[in-house]
Formats: sequence, structure tokens, C-alpha cells
Amino acid sequence: MGLGIVIVGAGDCGTRAALALRGHGYSGPVTLIGDEDHAPYERPSLSKGALLCDTDPTPIVTEDRLRSLGITFLKNVPASRILRDTHEVECSDGQRIAYSKLLLATGASPRRLRDQMGRISYLRSWRDCQSLKASLSAGMRVVVLGAGFLGLEVAAAARTRGAEVTVLETQPRILQRGVPPEIAAALGARHAQAGVTIRTHVAADLSIGSHSISLGGKEEIEADLLFGAIGAIPNTRLAEAASLSIENGILVDSRLRTSDPDILAAGDCCAFPLAVAGGLKVRLEAWRAALDQAEVAAHNLAGGDQALGLLPWFWSDQYDTTLQIVGLYSADLATVRRDIDKESFVLFHFDPGHRLVAASGYGPTGRVARDMKFAEMLVANSARPDPELLGRPEVNLKSLLGA
Amino acid sequence: MPRLVDACSIEDVEPEDVIRFDHESHVYAIYRSPSGRFFATDGICTHEHAILADGLVMNDVIECPKHNGRFKYETGEAVRIPPCVALRTYPVRVVGDRVYLELP
Repeated sequence: MGLGIVIVGAGDCGTRAALALRGHGYSGPVTLIGDEDHAPYERPSLSKGALLCDTDPTPIVTEDRLRSLGITFLKNVPASRILRDTHEVECSDGQRIAYSKLLLATGASPRRLRDQMGRISYLRSWRDCQSLKASLSAGMRVVVLGAGFLGLEVAAAARTRGAEVTVLETQPRILQRGVPPEIAAALGARHAQAGVTIRTHVAADLSIGSHSISLGGKEEIEADLLFGAIGAIPNTRLAEAASLSIENGILVDSRLRTSDPDILAAGDCCAFPLAVAGGLKVRLEAWRAALDQAEVAAHNLAGGDQALGLLPWFWSDQYDTTLQIVGLYSADLATVRRDIDKESFVLFHFDPGHRLVAASGYGPTGRVARDMKFAEMLVANSARPDPELLGRPEVNLKSLLGA
Repeated sequence: MPRLVDACSIEDVEPEDVIRFDHESHVYAIYRSPSGRFFATDGICTHEHAILADGLVMNDVIECPKHNGRFKYETGEAVRIPPCVALRTYPVRVVGDRVYLELP
């Protein structure tokens, strides 16, 4: 451990890993390298509350606290290459930092559309958030490209700020990936009620004009602001240049080790075997997964041998509603619906062997959370609860945990 | 002088559960432990705005419904991220079948 641990990426995952190293009692040198000009902050609110009110970023930890923990925090200095032979990371300013173990928590970047005029805004960083917030105003016409979580969250925020919002999606429905159609429909209705226009199945060949966007050469939609939310690409440049294995992200094993055992990767940048899905290689762009991976990475960087046992968990907040999904939903699963009240429901998703493998909930914030927590525990236990009982709202899910 | 505020009946809170209690535009959470003891904390998570009473009590811990942060409700200590700031706790007195909070 003499040379210490270097972490590239000071987002939620990298920063939590640095803190967890100290939390686990590791006392060697720790260097956290960030490419933004801020103390580490939480990203989830950037597409939600931070677009609505004037706030500072939610800090994960202050620079003072990092100092007092003996964590060297380098901000605004992107790492530029990894020298595997000498176990060093070189930064953009030329300095080299030696490591005995290295963690890559480089995150992901927005997938970009062809846009010669540079009109499309994207959102990943605090700076992006502030710039988007500053350009939103009441009455302006906003066109959101992509109806995934990010696009819909920004649509909700822009609408709440009084903009005229249109969301364009090439897929047949919103939230096509990983969200059950019942929940997509309920959330789509909430957007319609708020006055957002959602158009699915639109032509994929867009061309961006100075004041409008053209769909398949047939139709022009006027737009004062274009926002792109068509997915994210894992930041693998450093890993690729160092000849690490890449496969839809930096490929890691169940211990988060890359093809070089002294280099680990975690968070949005890595593709890992998901134990609850039989080792299927997945890359999750999810906050909780990043936090869970940070814990395991810290353990293993400090010499441990912990396998990743995370359960996928996603959430989104839009207007006054929340949605939560635990496990990996897919359309081939059998679904049982539990209506909590007029506006809130939970769906339980079973595999062909009657095992509960995923659950998803939707409704006003807070109302579905409790049932979803029990659902999470049932999924984590690989339980086979009686579907008939799950569907009855008067049955307390707690009573099914022992089953 | 601390004052006692009548919050609820002991029957209002199941063992290993929590309820919300609003008083003078402040939100509290009142807990009943698996062994039947009562506790009280602030009712909003210290991380982001979330009502803790929508969360789940597991033994001596409350888990926030929003981002799954956890606190020990007896001491208020934050025991799982994201929150890192403790919850404020309030003394509770049970008189007969009523639960009283001791507020500053």
C-alpha cells in the first residue's frame, strides 16, 4: 500500500469511494482527481430541484473535510493518461501521481446529436445545470429530444418554470427502456395534465435549424431552446488508451477489477456482472448503483475481496410524483398490480419460475415508497410471494416477508 | 422552559413503526420500537426534503423513503449515506395511553 490509492473522477462514486476508504480504516495516501472546478457535489438534483431554485450544489463533502481526512483533492485537473508500467496517473498539468491501486470513476457523458450550429443543450455537470437554468424562461418554446428519465425530468422542470414544452421520442412510447408501460402511461398523463406535449414515434432524422427543428424533412417545430437527452456514453477514453478491456463500458469482474488487477472501475463508466441477473453484464447509470459500487471498490482497493451484490434501484421525481424501480424490469415478466390509492400503485414483476425479480411504483411523492421498500426486500430475498396477496392493498407487505 | 405537547395515543403507532406529527408548522416523526419504547425526531430527512414517516422502521433504524439514507431514531445518528447530518431528537414521555413530546 506504500504508494497509495488514486481515484480518477470526483463525482458521486469516486468521492464516496475516497470517503469509504477512510471509513474502513485505510490510512495510506488517497488522491481524488476531479476535472470540475467544485468541491464534490451530488448530481441527481441537477435535472430536478436545481433547475427550479437558486441553490448551491449539494455537497458530498467539503474541501476542508477532505483535507482533515488526509485525502488529497485535485480539482480542475483532468487525468490525461494512465502509465500502467510505472503505476502512475498523469494529469493535464503534467504532474504524475503514483498508485498501488487505481480506481476509475470517470462517469459518462451525454450522447450528442449532429448539430452544426451547436444549438442543443446537454446536462451533466453543475455548470451545464446553471447554464440551462439561466436560459429557461416563461413562455419560451423548449423542445426536449428523448423521453427517458433525464428528458422527462427536464421537461417537467421547464414546464414548471412556465415554458411551452414539447418532448420528441423516436420510440413507440416514453421510458421505453426498463420502465413498465403502465407507469410510462401514468407519468405521460401527468405531463399532459401539466401541459407538456409528448410525441412518440417521431422520425429519427432530425435537422436542426436556427429557430426550429425539422422532423424527417416533413415538419418543422419552432424551438427557442433544444435540450438533448438521448442517453449517455461511458467515459472510457483513459481506460481504452491504457488497453484495458472495454465492452459497453470499462469491463470489470464481480470485484470491480478491470483487466489489470491493480485498476478498478466503478459507477456509470463500468460494465459489471449483475449477480441477481445470473451474472449478466450491465452498465447502470444509476445513483444508488454508483454508491453501492463505491463501497465495494473502497473495500477491495484497500486489500479486501468483496463481491458486488447490488440490486438495481432507480428513481425519478417529476412534478409532485415519484417513480421507483427495483430490479431489472423487462416486458416478458408477468406483472401483478397493487393499487394503493387512486393515484398510487405498485407493480410486481415475476419470472417464469414465480420468483419476484422486479417491482415498480408510481404516485405522489412518498406514498409508494413504503411498499417499494418491502418489494425491494422481497426481491433481494429472491422471494416467491403469493401474487394474489400482493395484489390486495389491504394486505400488509411486511407480513409477506417471512414467506 | 420545555413544554409537553400531547402528540398521539400509544395505539396510533404500531410496534416497529413511525407516524408523522405536525405541530406549529414543524414536522416530527414519532417511533415505536419493536420492544414498545417511544422516540421522536425531526420529521424531515437532513439530506433532502422527504417525510421520514413515509419511510420504514427496521429495528432501531428509520430508512428515508427518498434516497434510503438511514438514521438511528433513538440518537438521531446518520448511519447510512447519503445523509451525514444527524436528526434532532426530542425526549418523549408516555403518560397513561398518551404520548407527549418534550419540546424546547
